[in-house]
Amino acid sequence: MDEKTWDILILGAGPAGISAALTAHARGRSVTVLGADPMTSPLAKAPRIDNYPGLPGMSGRDLLAAMTQSLAAQDIPRIEGRATGVMAFDGKFMVSAEQDVYTARSLILAAGAQQGTKPLLGESELLGRGVSYCATCDGMLYRGKRVAVLGLSGSAERDAAFLRQIGCQVLFFGPAQAKNCEIKGGTNVTGVVCGGEEYAVEGVFILRPTVAASVLLPGLAMTDGHIAVDENMATGVPGVFAAGDCTGRPYQIARAVGQGNAAALGADRYLKERDE
Amino acid sequence: MSVLELTAEDFDEMTAAGTVLVDFWAVWCGPCKMQAPIVDAFAEKRTDVRVCKVNVDEQPALAARFGIMSIPTLMVFKDGQAARRQVGLSSLEEIEELCK
Repeated sequence: MDEKTWDILILGAGPAGISAALTAHARGRSVTVLGADPMTSPLAKAPRIDNYPGLPGMSGRDLLAAMTQSLAAQDIPRIEGRATGVMAFDGKFMVSAEQDVYTARSLILAAGAQQGTKPLLGESELLGRGVSYCATCDGMLYRGKRVAVLGLSGSAERDAAFLRQIGCQVLFFGPAQAKNCEIKGGTNVTGVVCGGEEYAVEGVFILRPTVAASVLLPGLAMTDGHIAVDENMATGVPGVFAAGDCTGRPYQIARAVGQGNAAALGADRYLKERDE
Repeated sequence: MSVLELTAEDFDEMTAAGTVLVDFWAVWCGPCKMQAPIVDAFAEKRTDVRVCKVNVDEQPALAARFGIMSIPTLMVFKDGQAARRQVGLSSLEEIEELCK
């Protein structure tokens, strides 16, 4: 376990998360950003951005690279990984990302729009009974068995390779097929139906770019698939803030950056009040 | 009360009487590392429940016997009988509820 307790842990390394990190750092808070490779952000696919002030005609990739650079310029640590669980305990938050655990006094959720997080048929019913979101956590329990990897994230092939390496027989489905798969089973998973064909498997690893916020932190209030926040970007869970596309439309960079700033100020205020 | 690490040899004996909470875990699993301090806190608080752990990597036979397919998994045994189970990370309140 990483023993350090951060003041603020930010989940998401896009414009909202980076903006929040810069503001939190400027307020003297110890802060770190946990998120996927920025280049896997949907923003990286934008060929040209004309509605973000000051950087005319920049591509999404270049803008993300420049934003990531501003973290490095302030020596703000960035950890590449995917949060798989959050737990409030003893006045702090523990966040697991694959095999590691990070601890912080407050959280800012900024992992982007929760697109494609609608559960697949059979997913919720069979979660923990053959359905898993974490290859490194549960892979070992499927050694020598046949499993399906539903690769809805850019890093899913890496997880599939890990599962093969530890001795699982892996059927890999890319995003186009995976999003329409159905999981079959009774007490436990018995198969997946993908592209109209049924495959017998004992485990199904569903790997999305981000784990749905409501799964990550049960008890989080949601509105229409977005995290509900107040004007200070506070969620319904004390100490947890949210910013950017995960809080709603419009999915715009300017909005994300502004909300990231407000969320960091909200978290800073929350920590100050806790310390009084 | 301290948390006991169980093996296939002593599992039945240690879970035979009373209410026993068993935390199935492994070192490679991040969420299990989060579960550990919570299970420890529960053990501190509830001296009437025996709190144990099973490392599924070292005890694959126990993992197979109880059909552990995802970790962390918490199981509650009452007088030797598997009574309840919860898959995934559990809060202190959820563990209390599980052991009722």
